[in-house]
Amino acid sequence: MPAVEKALVAAHQEVAQGLYEIEVLAPQIASGARPGQFVHVRPGGTSDPLLRRPLSLYDVDQELGSITLLYKVVGRGTELLSRVKSREYIDMMGPLGRGFTLPQTGQSILLIGGGVGIAPLIYLARVLKAQDCTVQAAYGAASLQDAAVYQRKFQQLGIEAWPATMDGSLGYQGTVVGLLHQMAPAIKIDMIYTCGPEGMMKAVTDYAQSHQIPGEVSLEETMACGVGACLGCARKLKPEDADYAKVCKDGPVFSMDLMA
Amino acid sequence: MHKDAAISKPGPDISVNLGGLWMKNPVAAASGTFGYGFEYQDYIDSASIGAVIVKGTTLEKRVGNPPPRICETAAGMLNAIGLENPGVEVFVTEYLPRLRQHGVTVVANIAGNTVEDYEHTAAIIDKQSGVAAIELNISCPNVKQGGLQFGTDPAMVEAVVAAVKARTSLPVIPKLSPNVTDIVTIARAAQRGGADALAMINTLLGMAIDIKTRRPVLGNVFGGLSGPAIKPVALRMIYQVYREVDLPILGGGGIVNTADALEFIMAGATAVSIGTGLFVNPTLPAELSLGIKQYLTEHGLDKIGDLVGAAHRF
Repeated sequence: MPAVEKALVAAHQEVAQGLYEIEVLAPQIASGARPGQFVHVRPGGTSDPLLRRPLSLYDVDQELGSITLLYKVVGRGTELLSRVKSREYIDMMGPLGRGFTLPQTGQSILLIGGGVGIAPLIYLARVLKAQDCTVQAAYGAASLQDAAVYQRKFQQLGIEAWPATMDGSLGYQGTVVGLLHQMAPAIKIDMIYTCGPEGMMKAVTDYAQSHQIPGEVSLEETMACGVGACLGCARKLKPEDADYAKVCKDGPVFSMDLMA
Repeated sequence: MHKDAAISKPGPDISVNLGGLWMKNPVAAASGTFGYGFEYQDYIDSASIGAVIVKGTTLEKRVGNPPPRICETAAGMLNAIGLENPGVEVFVTEYLPRLRQHGVTVVANIAGNTVEDYEHTAAIIDKQSGVAAIELNISCPNVKQGGLQFGTDPAMVEAVVAAVKARTSLPVIPKLSPNVTDIVTIARAAQRGGADALAMINTLLGMAIDIKTRRPVLGNVFGGLSGPAIKPVALRMIYQVYREVDLPILGGGGIVNTADALEFIMAGATAVSIGTGLFVNPTLPAELSLGIKQYLTEHGLDKIGDLVGAAHRF
């Protein structure tokens, strides 16, 4: 059920350089959360920085009422958030946005992530596994350290995952798009879900569409309200679109059909 | 114990009459920050808010500005949404019936590029039931006057207010732009045009530059600054206008807590509006009503009116 909660921080650690994992107890938000949705976090309760930060759901335990987020420190807000300690509280609003459309049970799914964009795919993977889908993942990581975090998480979920690193320190040497073209033809794919840098998602969308595979992308945009009121997170999904979609409310997940 | 005391003794009266707009409490959601009143429904009941000033409406649909439309700045944010809205017909046929049914105190906010735009939009809204007042966004460029903003020229302010007043019996509340040399001159012009109250202030014109790309951050280059950063400017302007112009003021600009709201009331605001603060805290309207009520109780005041302009007694 959507709410603004004082979420108790159960665990918070830097899992790789500048990459943080925070688990909080927020039972109301957790109870209605779906993969692909996000929460709006107020980092310090301060007027500066002022706005909430949208962070996608990395993992949710509805029985426990806990939500886990994975974030990179990129600016003042995330820097402030990184200083929050266990047993302190953070102000969290959500769940927000339109999440991933879940496929029928038993389908073969390929997840393609880039960097911290992998986060929403992890929670999605957990839910897909629970409905007996065959889930495989390919992802690109900036460093071996980052890749280790993602690889461990996929392993915990029992998901076959292929890493790609630019220096080849783990898995495929090159981009995840290169990896995709190498691995995908050999496996059965009923649906593709992707989240990461724009260029990567564009290439994944092109691949999916040229192979008639349905898919969804999860977009990122600077947001203020998070509920579709301020119209700040506007973008045209296709350059020729007349109207702007609102990433917070119409998305953040969009069908690849809308993108190209 | 606190609760029992509240039941046995009626609390102070926080309802206000803002130039003919009756509000059950002195807190309004500012236009453009609360959509059409239902976007926040999971977090707050729109009917509990003193007034919901809905998204700015123009005669025809507008698609809005290219992104990026927003950018966070020190203690605030810039926005250049570009008045994206589906047009007045869609507002009155799709959104207004829902708001009416839900018992929301609705203030329509209208904008236009010519005096005729404002007149036609106001006339359409005037025919509907369920609108309690009309707020005029006069920060738009007047295409007939070479793009000069309505709100920066006293003669144009007077003309547009008078034109809208002639088309509606609803209270008309122009929202003043702070991007002027002398706000009192503008407020007086609005009064001459027949304004029933004044809303102040709109956003301050600003910009931000991305030093990596060396480009302006906003797609529109310039945007309106809001949030706590502008509060001192808003307070100063309300203080000046309260002193010189006998019209009730809906005051806002960077309010994020009860203390902020009380400052605006003491500067001369009859009621307050919140906008950017809602993004951070969607339950802020309820918190402010409760906080103002508590302050009145603690200071032995019966009604909010006793506090309006209190800072002018010194």
